[in-house]
Amino acid sequence: MAAKRSVIPFGPQHPVLPEPIHIDLVTEDEKVIEAIPSIGFVHRGLEHLVTKKDFGEMVYVAERICGICSFGHGYGYVDAIEHIMNIEPTNRAKYIRTLLFELSRMHSHILWLGLMADAFGFESLFMETWKYREKVLDMLEAATGGRVIFSIMRIGGLRKDVPDEVLQGFLPGLDEIEEGIKACEKAFLSDPAVLSRLKGVGYLSKEDAIDLGCEGPFLRASGVARDNRTSGYAAYGDMDFEVITSDDGDSYGRCYVRIQEIYQSAGIVRQCIEKMPKEGIYVPIKGFPNGEYMTIIEQPRGGACYYVHASGKKFIERMRVRTPTFANIPALAKTLQGCDVADVPILVVTIDPCISCTER
Amino acid sequence: MRISKSPWLLHYDGSSCNGCDIEVLAATTPRFDVERFGIINTGNPKHADIFLCTGGVNSQNQDVIRQIYDQMPDPKVVLACGICACDGGIFKDCYNILGGTDTVIPVDVYVPGCAVRPEALIDGVVKALKLLDEKADKMKRGEYRSMTSAEYAEALKIKGQLAEAADTEEKDA
Ligand code: SF4
Repeated sequence: MAAKRSVIPFGPQHPVLPEPIHIDLVTEDEKVIEAIPSIGFVHRGLEHLVTKKDFGEMVYVAERICGICSFGHGYGYVDAIEHIMNIEPTNRAKYIRTLLFELSRMHSHILWLGLMADAFGFESLFMETWKYREKVLDMLEAATGGRVIFSIMRIGGLRKDVPDEVLQGFLPGLDEIEEGIKACEKAFLSDPAVLSRLKGVGYLSKEDAIDLGCEGPFLRASGVARDNRTSGYAAYGDMDFEVITSDDGDSYGRCYVRIQEIYQSAGIVRQCIEKMPKEGIYVPIKGFPNGEYMTIIEQPRGGACYYVHASGKKFIERMRVRTPTFANIPALAKTLQGCDVADVPILVVTIDPCISCTER
Repeated sequence: MRISKSPWLLHYDGSSCNGCDIEVLAATTPRFDVERFGIINTGNPKHADIFLCTGGVNSQNQDVIRQIYDQMPDPKVVLACGICACDGGIFKDCYNILGGTDTVIPVDVYVPGCAVRPEALIDGVVKALKLLDEKADKMKRGEYRSMTSAEYAEALKIKGQLAEAADTEEKDA
């Protein structure tokens, strides 16, 4: 009997979905033939708020583009405004920003590991990884006062300093997290049951990854060494790190890249603490921004662009954000083609979807 | 406090920034661990007792929220998690935000915070437990049935009309 085609609507509210995305899966028996994503459930119209909140307040709105990479969003916006206004933040501010950025990356990647474990049905591994995520959040809370939304960014520097004692106190915690993740890594990268769910699932070739405009760990897992941190924004120029890639191109590779990036981030945090300069954290600003600028940074999920156009008034004219998840959705649709229906949740999670920043 | 039941939670991300969602999830993980009381995060509206809604309501997801709410069996309690779900929060002025969760379904417990802290959330759930018990008691006596979202919309409309009428009366006087 010939296979019958049917369309399975998937989402926006679904037991295995962390976030509201809707995908129509055209299936033939158990195989997905085509996947048609539709988005828009979380659209708020955030960019338009520039007409209602002044350019200083917009920092806090920008942070709330997404609650997981909130620090990066705040950074991107502030960086664009600082370039327009020709402000050079102090080195200490730059170092602390880099440190917080990397802590955010750690918590985001650990969170992803947990969601991944949940997606392939390993509940206790999910709990285990999130236990270590709480330790990262403790550091972020000690440094900024917030667990997920920090509101520490400010145009010209930071709102508050993080004392050196607090920074030194992070060191044992970092070791502990690394140890914990090392233990979890065994399950992710060598457990046969897990491997059977990851190896070869959702393969994306290097060429396709480039053609479809992928970003971040998803791109690096297909063997492309592109990481915007190498451009040296904030204090990344002074840091010693290497871009992590994998040639696997499948879900296993994506797991590998993110796990290694957790260690890498921990390394960068240590370097920041070690080299932390002693000086002020804030340079006062005068007047209103006038001009335009585009910042590109590396968020945990990939490259994100922030465009700001200002015309010397209290309210800026236009802010535009382009986020990595949006860039990865075409590739997601591609990897879903030909996969088993049972693998769909895993593949959706492998791009680390952040729908709220995609739709803003 | 004595917990008489282990309610199951259903979480839906309205139009939140994810900050609150991630805290909802964190509340079930080892640090806060509400699961030790048998409070489980389920994905199925028909299994759920407590509806945790994060983020404001927008034109695209309002029907989704209504449907989820209507599918939940009685007795049920709705928790608005985070200031966005309470009244729109920082996104109140956005063109695509209609308001908090209570613009489409009745809300029982409001948990403010941006992002809401897991401790606050757990406190909200504890309050919800009490309401749940009360509702169950009333139901047993046949005195209670929760509003459907359609009835709620109607009630809101009437309330709006009454307020309008009061306004005009005031102006006239
Ligand atoms: S209350 Fe704050 S953290 Fe929560 S969804 Fe709204 S903006 Fe995000």
